Amino acid sequence: MADAAPGRSDRNMAPAGNGAAIRIADLAFRWPRQPAPCLEIGEFAVAAGERVFLHGPSGSGKSTLLGLIGGVALPERGRIEVLGNDLGRLSGRRRDRLRADHVGFLFQQFNLLPWLSALDNVLLPTTFSALRKARAAVERSPREEAERLLGRLDLAAADWHRPAGMLSIGQQQRVAAARALIGRPEIIVADEPTSALDAERQQLFVDLLLQEAAAGGTALVFVSHDHRLAAHFDRTVELAAINRAAETGAAA
Amino acid sequence: MKAVLILAMKGALARRGTLGLMLVSIALATALLLAVERIRHDARQSFVQSVSGVDLVVGPRGGAVPLLMHAVFRVGDASTGMRWESYRQIATHPAVDWALPLALGDSYRGFSVLGTTPDYFERFRYGDRQSLRLADGRPFTGLFEAVLGSEVAKRFGHRPGDRIALAHGSGHIEDGAKELAGPGHDNRPFTVVGILAPTGTPVDRSVHVSLESISALHVDWVGGAPAPGLSLPAAALSKFDLAPKEISAALVGLKRRADAFRMQRHVNELRDEPLMAVLPGIALDELWRTLGLMERTLFAVSALVVAVGLAGLAATMLAGLAERRRELAVLRALGAGPGALCLMLLAEGLFVTAAGALAGLVLLAAGSAAAAPWLLDQFGIVLGQRWPSVNELALVGAIIGTGLIASLIPGWRAWRMSLADGLTPRT
Ligand SMILES: Nc1ncnc2c1ncn2[C@@H]1O[C@H](COP(=O)(O)OP(=O)(O)OP(=O)(O)O)[C@@H](O)[C@H]1O
Ligand SMILES: [Mg+2]
Repeated sequence: MADAAPGRSDRNMAPAGNGAAIRIADLAFRWPRQPAPCLEIGEFAVAAGERVFLHGPSGSGKSTLLGLIGGVALPERGRIEVLGNDLGRLSGRRRDRLRADHVGFLFQQFNLLPWLSALDNVLLPTTFSALRKARAAVERSPREEAERLLGRLDLAAADWHRPAGMLSIGQQQRVAAARALIGRPEIIVADEPTSALDAERQQLFVDLLLQEAAAGGTALVFVSHDHRLAAHFDRTVELAAINRAAETGAAA
Repeated sequence: MKAVLILAMKGALARRGTLGLMLVSIALATALLLAVERIRHDARQSFVQSVSGVDLVVGPRGGAVPLLMHAVFRVGDASTGMRWESYRQIATHPAVDWALPLALGDSYRGFSVLGTTPDYFERFRYGDRQSLRLADGRPFTGLFEAVLGSEVAKRFGHRPGDRIALAHGSGHIEDGAKELAGPGHDNRPFTVVGILAPTGTPVDRSVHVSLESISALHVDWVGGAPAPGLSLPAAALSKFDLAPKEISAALVGLKRRADAFRMQRHVNELRDEPLMAVLPGIALDELWRTLGLMERTLFAVSALVVAVGLAGLAATMLAGLAERRRELAVLRALGAGPGALCLMLLAEGLFVTAAGALAGLVLLAAGSAAAAPWLLDQFGIVLGQRWPSVNELALVGAIIGTGLIASLIPGWRAWRMSLADGLTPRT
């Protein structure tokens, strides 16, 4: 499925063009064997190219929300639209496809396949998605694009061909950022990507991520506990403000 | 899907240490299972080869299997023999095409000596009714002439013209055989006059001499040992009556195979001497029945070894999954579905099992090449150097299939894990 023609996936799940990258309406989600819903969101949207800072206490359901946006889990009730596609109406395969083609992920740690080189890790989305491969190849070859991104994120060329597992945590995070960015996905979802970095590097990393996202017109949902980083974002959202499940205190 | 499979290969390569160990254990288990199967098959094959040209084996009354083992495979000792007159009586029966007397009991450096008539080289049939062929020299004609089987000649590098000394009794030790093999016949050396072409039967491991030579060897012997102080010069032997009086057994070929049962009854009912005739095929069946339990046990044990190897593979992959949980989440974030992840583990298990099984085949080929001379020597089993048989390939297929089934367990676990974890693995 990785080699599906970009044309086909575009026809099936083209951005709706209504400006919203993500639109959530009347959503409820409960983990299996949990008594109460973890998330109940009436309305939440992220516009195309918008950069959102999302925060909330630990265990409030931030990572869960990102998983729902990625189409990895399905809500009990309500709609999640990603680029105009109602995830609830897509088959599991289609949701996987949509994620591969249009969403870049960035986690707190362990983003990489440790036995692959840094460069090959960055190139992974292009092997999973023909669309992202085609987009990465617009100006140069995907490989050169990967090298450009790694350069932009300040990773020394000497480290490009080392197994990712050998890199420092900070280096690994920059490789992961390059991977989320390659092929210009419409959405990047970042789940506390800076918490393993020191304060100075955190700021640098976020700046670079924001710059590259802006250059690609990419919407960014950035989860962090560190409010100092919030200043550079278009909008700051507290999960509790949109999540009614939190009010009832039933979360977790 | 393709992307995941390529990644699976790269990942497997990265974990080649652990997987390599699994591969080795599967290869060893496969080789063991196939070796058991091959030895079983080839043992039967070479036994059948050795007797398939013979319609009846006649000898003193007793067990059918011991007679066959002694007369054809030169294994074990016969306590009694059969009288020459009885042999003549059978040999001249109208239904009999050919009959060959066998006088066993002496040995040459661990190989058995067979006293017979020169007819042996013309009449004896083995395998697909093939006759013996001399690779070098000629059949024996006179006293103290010997024709060597191909193995005997090869082992000691004998050529026509060489002189050899036989020993009384069956020595099983090669060079120091003389002491163990009982008193020697050193004073009566034999001349090698011919060497037979290989047959893949016990003929290759026999030294063939005339019945008269056997008699002559023993004229100055009294009760199984040389008479003290008495050693006749060879020339004086002609004064003795060297005509055979007793032989160990006889091989019989019939004009029509269909007469076998009738002839068997005839021999069994001979009044003068308690003899019996054995149909080699039936005696072999009896042998297989006795060995069957052992064969099945061996097969079951080696099948168990394979099962243990494959269970080890599944366990290793399962244990590895805990470490790879994060990798699975990464792949999931990249767009891999749970099915693709399950498939990835199946592919890995299949790859390791298939590679292990193929390595097992190679190991089997190497091992059987190395063990073939020893098996031939010790048991007279001719281990063929050949491509795997359909049977063996079916076994390999079964092993690979079982490996695939075994990797369903980690595959299914990966599926469940990726669904339960989503994008944030719990570790
Ligand atoms: N795979 C899962 N299975 C069952 N329950 C889960 C799972 N993942 C999360 N939960 C539960 O859902 C709730 C929200 O968890 P989540 O990981 O979304 O919180 P979070 O806001 O990301 O917290 P943190 O800031 O610590 O990362 C928690 O109570 C957690 O126990
Ligand atoms: Mg979280």
